[in-house]
Amino acid sequence: MAARKILTFAIMDAPYESARSTTALRLIDLALRRGCDVNVFAYEGAVAVPFAKQQPHPNAVHGRSVEEEDHPNPKDWVGALMAEAKKRGLTFNWVQCGLCVDERGATEWIEGPRRGSPADFWKFVEASDNTLVIPTK
Amino acid sequence: MDRYLLIESLDPFESNDVERYQTLGASLARAGHQVTLFLVQNGVLAARPGARSGPLTALAERRVEVLADEFSLRERGIAASRLAPGVTPASLDVVIDRLADGWKTLWH
Repeated sequence: MAARKILTFAIMDAPYESARSTTALRLIDLALRRGCDVNVFAYEGAVAVPFAKQQPHPNAVHGRSVEEEDHPNPKDWVGALMAEAKKRGLTFNWVQCGLCVDERGATEWIEGPRRGSPADFWKFVEASDNTLVIPTK
Repeated sequence: MDRYLLIESLDPFESNDVERYQTLGASLARAGHQVTLFLVQNGVLAARPGARSGPLTALAERRVEVLADEFSLRERGIAASRLAPGVTPASLDVVIDRLADGWKTLWH
């Protein structure tokens, strides 16, 4: 049986700002569903993607409640990816750049990600079959 | 021969870098490498037959595989059946498969 592939993704965009965040999460989801172990290094604004205090909100303009609006929060998508990896017995590491976290005061995140540094990214790259860096524009 | 997956996410009507990235793809193919250009997000806007689709057709004629993310096409109301010559709709799975297969992959 072939060894499981390990893929690393570096992301840099803050949530709610760019389609790149959505595409990155789509790629991570597909990688897990195809049986890959996944590493994510969240750099710069991307440390806010799993930020725990993200809140859904109603839409007063369209007269919809919180439930009707069903506003998606990236922290929930990250949590779902964590759960998917666990269900499949895959390794899913999510490292938050510590300096980026401190700069933004984004110190509270959902269960799963851990604090680290660019050195962790280097280690991920060294241990991976391939790496995709998704830079900001 | 190396294998390159070039991911283009930018709108060609918004950034001239798109043209330079296409030139990179053509140069790699001319040097004998296997090249795929994968359009995603606003990058798929170039796949509509029109002012900016000519370079994609030219790339395909130079043995560069040009793919457009089906999800990005649907989001933008672009029918997969009406793409410029040389552009093929594809699933984002292609990116994961090629990453896992060791293709050198760049995001633009």
